[in-house]
Amino acid sequence: MSTDRTISRRALFMKMGILFNGLVATALAVPIVRFLLASVTRGRANGYLSWVSLGSISQFPEGETRLATFQNPYITPTDGKTADTACWVRRVEGQQFQIFAINCAHLGCPVRWFPQSGLFMCPCHGGAYYQDGSRASGPPERGLFEYPHTIRDGLVMIQAGELPTPGSPTASLFGKKPPCA
Amino acid sequence: MRLIAQIGEWFDRRLQLAAPIREIAEHPVPKNTASWWYVFGSAALIVFLLQLVTGIMLAFVYVPSASEAWNSLQSLNHDITLGWFIRALHGWGSNFMVAIVLIHMVQVFLFGAYKFPRELTWVVGVFLLLMTMGMAFTGQVLRFDQDAYWGLGIGASIASRVPVLGSAIVKLMLGGPIIAGATLSRFFALHVFVIPGMLIAFVGVHLLMVLKLGINEWPMPGRLVKKATYENEYHELTRKDGAPFVPYAVWKDIFFAAFILVAVAACAIFFGPFGPTGQPDPTIIQTAPRPDYFFLWIYAVLSFLPPSMETPALIIGPVIVIGALLLLPFLSGEGEKSWRRRPIAVLTILLVAVTLATFTHLAGYTPWSPHMNAWSSDPIPARFLQHRTALERQGALVFQAKQCHNCHALGEKGGQRGPALDSVAVQLTQDQLIRQVIQGGGNMPAYGKNLSPAETTALVAFLQTLHPAGQAPARDASRAIALGKIGEN
Repeated sequence: MSTDRTISRRALFMKMGILFNGLVATALAVPIVRFLLASVTRGRANGYLSWVSLGSISQFPEGETRLATFQNPYITPTDGKTADTACWVRRVEGQQFQIFAINCAHLGCPVRWFPQSGLFMCPCHGGAYYQDGSRASGPPERGLFEYPHTIRDGLVMIQAGELPTPGSPTASLFGKKPPCA
Repeated sequence: MRLIAQIGEWFDRRLQLAAPIREIAEHPVPKNTASWWYVFGSAALIVFLLQLVTGIMLAFVYVPSASEAWNSLQSLNHDITLGWFIRALHGWGSNFMVAIVLIHMVQVFLFGAYKFPRELTWVVGVFLLLMTMGMAFTGQVLRFDQDAYWGLGIGASIASRVPVLGSAIVKLMLGGPIIAGATLSRFFALHVFVIPGMLIAFVGVHLLMVLKLGINEWPMPGRLVKKATYENEYHELTRKDGAPFVPYAVWKDIFFAAFILVAVAACAIFFGPFGPTGQPDPTIIQTAPRPDYFFLWIYAVLSFLPPSMETPALIIGPVIVIGALLLLPFLSGEGEKSWRRRPIAVLTILLVAVTLATFTHLAGYTPWSPHMNAWSSDPIPARFLQHRTALERQGALVFQAKQCHNCHALGEKGGQRGPALDSVAVQLTQDQLIRQVIQGGGNMPAYGKNLSPAETTALVAFLQTLHPAGQAPARDASRAIALGKIGEN
């Protein structure tokens, strides 16, 4: 090992060149990473959630559960049909509603309502829920996800915009935990 | 002829590739590796090349937009000359590729080829397997139909269970808050650029190591691998009992490659392309999404896991499996190679194979899912209705109308979610039947709120008739005695 501390002109230029490239790479990495994470960072502070209308309250008879569809509040030009989302609207009585996500709380398949037996059934892994959304049987760990809702000017409004999944904060914030079934 | 030779010389003087190519082709391999067991690696490479070619051809037509993808697949299937055939080749090619990669892996495992000095070849191979599965999943998404849409929902639901980061991972995966245009665009980029690029690089490294380290010799029981001596022994073997790879061993690879390509093409012609199924419209909910063949076993496992086990199994399970595969050559890098002296290795393969086959078979008829239309489309067989009272027949109507048939079979018709009820009256007394119907339990929902007392009475009366001829229905002996005594007094 040499203890010579002098450095040749070429070696200095090479080190400076590497340092310069490192600086440029770091400077470029910032916008690249921000671009890649755009879909995550935008969602912060409920950036995706908005109030959307499901239609007039008169469309939903008391004591019944009906399928409603709405367009997602955040869309892009190439979304096509996938911008639409379905949900189950249960009008308990008067102004009292329960609005369930179509997605099973197990793995997100579309649940179907069977009014005769008062059950939501999932076609994928056999999850079943009672009419109030609480878990009846099968692999789900909890009841159906519910959208926060309100009645405004005779319209049923829900706060939506994100795919409800078992781990999403919106699911745990607004979704009702299953009552003792 | 001389002109061709001259042109060849002109190019090689500049490229200087002829000598290294000849060296690679003629490198000596142990004679006993010229076996039909050693053809799966090259077969996987051939199918990968087929996938590259057919994939590029599909990209000439396919439109990676959520609003157009499904239509472009329809036009491939129906409008463009032989578009269906290229789609079918690509779809069947992916099935074959997954299968051949797995067979190759089993062969390498059983022949001890992952041991010293080929540990890194195995590790790279594990990543190649993961990338192959990644191609299979992203490819299924590009066939943008109902199964793809809801399959993405399942993927998002699984990813969301990761602690703390789950929600961020879902948005990163979907490219936004929902499954939509951005989701398809990024899966297209993954399927067409990112993963294939990595695959090509990893395949290159994998092949390079096969050439540098030599093909694994045929394992002889009792010939143990020792790090200190193995390399010398191997070189001695190829020197004494070796032969040039081309043409001594390669002809079997060539024949098998052609056979596989013919098999893929035959499947493509006879069975045609996969889907697309219904349009990816999230408001059409009359659908029962199913994954492609090689993911069916996961689909089955997910329906059998108890709720409390689900998140740990989904998050920790893959880490354990992938970790075990990566660590294997470091935990058993020396010693016996032959499967004849490695009973645990053989049993492990058998256990995994039987497990995967069983789950895949179960996923073929999904006994855990209610049959959504059984209540309106599967009639109760006549023998359960003949010679019944009006009340019992009314009960049969309740059985249909309240969708009991969706989960319970009668005469082998109906769902298999719950037990078949052909002989339920032998197992449960009247009181037990009433309790089960009203309160549910044992994975059955409670029907108390949805059945009037009259309906419950009729239903239980019908259920009590469900016993084999000549076998008496169950009855509560103590109750009969109690009632009998009251009657006497």
